[in-house]
Amino acid sequence: MSFWRAISAAALLATTPALLAGEIPPDARRSGYSFMAPDTRAMQDDDTSNPGMLFVLDGEALWTKKTGSADKACADCHGDARGSMKGVAARYPAFDKALARPVTLDQRINLCRSNHQQAPALPYESRDLLALSAFVAHQSRGTAITAGDDPQLKPFVEQGRDLFMQREGQLNLACTNCHDDNFNKRLAGAPITQGQPTGYPLYRLEWQTLGSLERRLRSCMTGVRAQAYDYGAPELVALELYLMSRAHGLPMETPAVRP
Amino acid sequence: MAALINVPAKARRGEIIEIRTLTSHIMETGFRHTADGALVPRDIITNFTCRYNGAEIFRADLFPAIAANPYLSFFTVAKESGKFEFEWIGDNGYSSSASASITVE
Amino acid sequence: MPTTRRQFLNLAGSVSVAGTIPIVTLRPLEATPAMLSAAIRNVVGEAPVRTGKVKLDIPPLVENGNTVPMTVSVASPMTADDHVKSIHVFNEKNPQPNIGNFYLSPSSGRAQVSTRIRLADTQKVVAIARLSDDTFWQVATEIVVTLAACTEEMN
Repeated sequence: MSFWRAISAAALLATTPALLAGEIPPDARRSGYSFMAPDTRAMQDDDTSNPGMLFVLDGEALWTKKTGSADKACADCHGDARGSMKGVAARYPAFDKALARPVTLDQRINLCRSNHQQAPALPYESRDLLALSAFVAHQSRGTAITAGDDPQLKPFVEQGRDLFMQREGQLNLACTNCHDDNFNKRLAGAPITQGQPTGYPLYRLEWQTLGSLERRLRSCMTGVRAQAYDYGAPELVALELYLMSRAHGLPMETPAVRP
Repeated sequence: MAALINVPAKARRGEIIEIRTLTSHIMETGFRHTADGALVPRDIITNFTCRYNGAEIFRADLFPAIAANPYLSFFTVAKESGKFEFEWIGDNGYSSSASASITVE
Repeated sequence: MPTTRRQFLNLAGSVSVAGTIPIVTLRPLEATPAMLSAAIRNVVGEAPVRTGKVKLDIPPLVENGNTVPMTVSVASPMTADDHVKSIHVFNEKNPQPNIGNFYLSPSSGRAQVSTRIRLADTQKVVAIARLSDDTFWQVATEIVVTLAACTEEMN
């Protein structure tokens, strides 16, 4: 199986010798949704057939559940998420003044837990963290992405852009080689998308569960035979920030469904 | 565990309505191995039942080939106002239920 | 040192060979045609199975074999005298031949069931309906499953 994948990846490189890094013009940016088959789109479109909504429901229950030694629920500070969390996820990763660096929505949830609820951090990719972040991000569904607009984030967006353009792994591929230069083509039968992170956390048919953008980035890194950064690593956060800023203006879809 | 149920709130008497259900479950096949070679034991939902005012109207036996977070859609004739009850039963004593009401005019 | 294409292919080849080792196991990794026919006999007994009446809808482009939308419908008036009692769905190459059994009645109104299934590979899917007169009807469809381009670390 790996062998045939390697052949197709090699063929892709062979047919496109001049791989120049070029960013996609704003009006040509497209959500991964537009690359999907009709049945997969239908799964995302109907809330009662979208399995990501199961996690949103779990997150809604967690939002009002008191936790930690402070015995506080998210709702005790933030009230009704439908108002207080509207548009928030479209601005993440956001700059944290105390840490002087960007933090992801997952990290913000865990900072809230440690600073305000006195509760232990939820592990990355745990059901509760995914559920809470899906519930929060769902409140931004339809909101245009504005992450990265904060001038304090500029150096971090630049760092993420550099990582996106940097070749890595045994296949010696950069993100840009597929997702800027070759989207709309196919890799081993699957469409190559622009890699616009509009619907995270999202339900991947492959995973049969909800997953974060960091999980997706790590599996891309495994795909090019590179050593994946650890969850929460500054490099992954910078990449996430660059990707969100690259998707500027596209509407949030959380929870999206992807193949 | 969360479940999503889609039953029309209102229907005409005699109308054929679609019922859609989606529930959280990993549906571990029992055919996968961990990195160190141990077999991951099977953990699936094996049975689903839907009752309409107490009478069974649909039942299913599920196998490991059903995808995680099982989705089922089926039909019934709207006969009278009342309640649909849904029950999922599975390995390791798993059991969950949900309900939805309908007004038939 | 930049990896040349030749070096890479060699490496990928060796990864592939290493990856096949765990496949040596006592448990059959795919259902055999014999297992498929045994599973079908288990439901229909010795009764003949005729082709027709049953329709199996699976998207022509299966984007991921782990979650494949499937709809089975049967042409039936669904009356007390003439209805579908049950629908049984089987596959050829998953580790086990059964996918699901669905039990209906005249109160179903329409003989149609949808779910999402797992298909380990390109293979045949068979749907069989048992009618109220205890006749069996079937449809068989060949489904092409493409493998995902990039997967996570191998299990």
